[in-house]
Amino acid sequence: MSQVEAATPRSSWIAGPHRLSGTAAVVAVAVLASAALVVRDGSNDGLLLAVTILNGLSSAGLYFLVASGFTLIFGLLRVTNLAHGSFYLAGGYIGWTLRDATGSWLLALVGAALAVAAMGLLFQLLLLRRVDGDPIRESLLTIGLSVVVADLTLSIWGGSSLDIGAPALLDSTFTVNGLVYSEYRLALLGLAILVGAALYVLLKCTRLGMTIRAGVDDPVILATTGVNVPVMLSLVFGLGAFLAGLGGVAGGSYLSISQGEDARYLLVSLLVVIVGGLGSVTGAAAGALLVGLVESFAQVHLPTYSVLVTFGVMIVVLAFRPQGLLGASR
Amino acid sequence: MTRSRTTRSVVLSLAVLSTLAAAGCGSSSDDPGSPTGGGIAGSAQKDSGAATDGVIKIGLLSTLDGAYAALGQSANQGAKVALVNAGATLDGTGDRDGITGLSIGGQDVELVIESSDATPDAALAATRQLVEKDAVDILVGPLSGDEGLAVKEYARQHPEVTFVNGTSGAQDTTLRDPAPNFFRFTTDGAQWMAGLGAYAADDLGYDKVVTIGEDYSFPYDQVGGFMAPFCADGGTVPDKIWVPLGTKDFSSYIATIPSDVDALFVALGGADVLNFTKQLDESPLAGTPILGGSISVDGSVIEGLGDRAEGIISAGPVAALDTPEYRAYADTLAATFPDAPPPGLFDVGYYIEMTATLDALDEVEGVLDDGHEALNAALTSLQLETPVGPVELDENRQAIANNYLFEVRGGSSELIETVPEVNQTLGLDRDEYIAQPANDRDNPSCP
Repeated sequence: MSQVEAATPRSSWIAGPHRLSGTAAVVAVAVLASAALVVRDGSNDGLLLAVTILNGLSSAGLYFLVASGFTLIFGLLRVTNLAHGSFYLAGGYIGWTLRDATGSWLLALVGAALAVAAMGLLFQLLLLRRVDGDPIRESLLTIGLSVVVADLTLSIWGGSSLDIGAPALLDSTFTVNGLVYSEYRLALLGLAILVGAALYVLLKCTRLGMTIRAGVDDPVILATTGVNVPVMLSLVFGLGAFLAGLGGVAGGSYLSISQGEDARYLLVSLLVVIVGGLGSVTGAAAGALLVGLVESFAQVHLPTYSVLVTFGVMIVVLAFRPQGLLGASR
Repeated sequence: MTRSRTTRSVVLSLAVLSTLAAAGCGSSSDDPGSPTGGGIAGSAQKDSGAATDGVIKIGLLSTLDGAYAALGQSANQGAKVALVNAGATLDGTGDRDGITGLSIGGQDVELVIESSDATPDAALAATRQLVEKDAVDILVGPLSGDEGLAVKEYARQHPEVTFVNGTSGAQDTTLRDPAPNFFRFTTDGAQWMAGLGAYAADDLGYDKVVTIGEDYSFPYDQVGGFMAPFCADGGTVPDKIWVPLGTKDFSSYIATIPSDVDALFVALGGADVLNFTKQLDESPLAGTPILGGSISVDGSVIEGLGDRAEGIISAGPVAALDTPEYRAYADTLAATFPDAPPPGLFDVGYYIEMTATLDALDEVEGVLDDGHEALNAALTSLQLETPVGPVELDENRQAIANNYLFEVRGGSSELIETVPEVNQTLGLDRDEYIAQPANDRDNPSCP
């Protein structure tokens, strides 16, 4: 156990000396970017500002759900899982079927996430493990899976968009001081915070989490302490897939699910974790916040160039912090 | 060690990812369904797609990957109905299944199917594959606007191949600087709006309309086709919102729309109107009337919106007409593909283009060894009676055809007006119209 404890301070997971400066950097960049956009437009419409911030936060929530799984898998397995978007897609479609069959949104959310977790686990056990340690073959294998999933979902669910639909309880809007906003989007943000907190507790306060963090730093030493590292890797891969599946249902409930979303969320995950710092869950949260907010402000104030602005943020962050906002400098 | 491996794997992944994106996510690979039986005969003449080698190869290009996959499925079904009508037997009802049993002028007709994901580079890659590797004689496609512009440029460099459009509707594929071997028997995105702008200004009395569309050539033309008559009749468009293709979350864009608009013109593809309208109704603009583009108001949107869909006006080139041609087409489509939705823009469009191709091939008895001269001449002078009315080509090889105006009433899209024989300059003076700036983000403008 002492080795495990000794390993944690170097780990980039939750805390570290870089945390404060990193967080400050996030806030600074976000504030500067938003201020620049607001000033450019000369807009001081308070309602528009509130809606823009809320949109940014709810997008960030969804991005975090998806990207946290991606960063977990990367941090421990060192696999850039290019099938991560496919887990999102599969989660959305399975969730739609469950909602359609049972009418229960909660069942769709949990059921689809578990199904995708099982799918990810099987993929890791049966295929990915065979090419362990070879990044080229690992990447190609995950790309292969993504193509297979895209064609399978197309043949099972067809090419039309499917709308899972928000749960009846949240399927309306609320009005505060003239601000009209969707209840579901706010609940989505809550879900993301809940998941983030659960991940924090899991990684920081449980024995499993401690082992995972140790595995990030040095899997060989960890194995010598008697921990069954391969089993742990599989569990983490399953957990990452679970989170993507969860994201698929959460996103598909208000943005609908359709072909092509897999590539979109893979790109979002890459963007978020590269900005936030590869392998760091707090980094994923910071990256999701930054990307969500900048995207939302850009859509309002520079609609034509919103994609450019969003990726511009990645370039700026990488130029000044190549390891990402909260990535450990190695 | 860790660092170099990490960096390498990320760089590698990004490289592979971008390569895949360029190749249409890799799904356009060879597939067992496409016919390769004639490959030996074909490969002997690989250097020239134009030769009379005993096989007439027709390439079919649509979008079976990405966000427009459902449209591509319909497109291929429509094209195959034309082949079935000509006497072909389908290998199966799958999207990529080929045909057998059709011969023209003593030559077997072979169908080679490729797919893109609606981006121009993927369409170009698939076109290259069809022309340079599969050596097709004729290519039917592509499906979407920017793809058409890319394929037109490619067509110019390959005069030995005849290109017949799919449903791509960018105006400048044929209006300005056309390719001599590119034919379009369907109307373009601006023609598809004929009737809507005038109806909104005169019959509905709208003064102020904000448009929202995806940021590429086809929606530019749809918005342009709507605005030209709308602005001429006194309407104003204070703002035009362009969103990236594939946008699902419109809420931030909706927040910028002024609160005093009379209606919104929505030129989004497929079910995105469903997302847009639901998000609109979660904003202070809830209930604002909607005018729809040609591919915006389909059955799934009407079903998904329920009562909210009532009164949505849209325009397009395909209507459920009470003519023998339409009924015959609808019956064959339903009999050949039992799971197919009712006739729509994409299957009818590809059906018309493929029918024109086969009719012209019949007329020249399959002769292609004259550098396609006879075939191209036959295509140019072809007059078709299609399921959606008569079609003929203008001097730029662009269709002149009817357009239809619809209103959602009682849960379905009802025909309310037929605009006959719409030409590419929307009835305006040709030279004057071409002299105007092409439709884009900023043009036309009437704030």
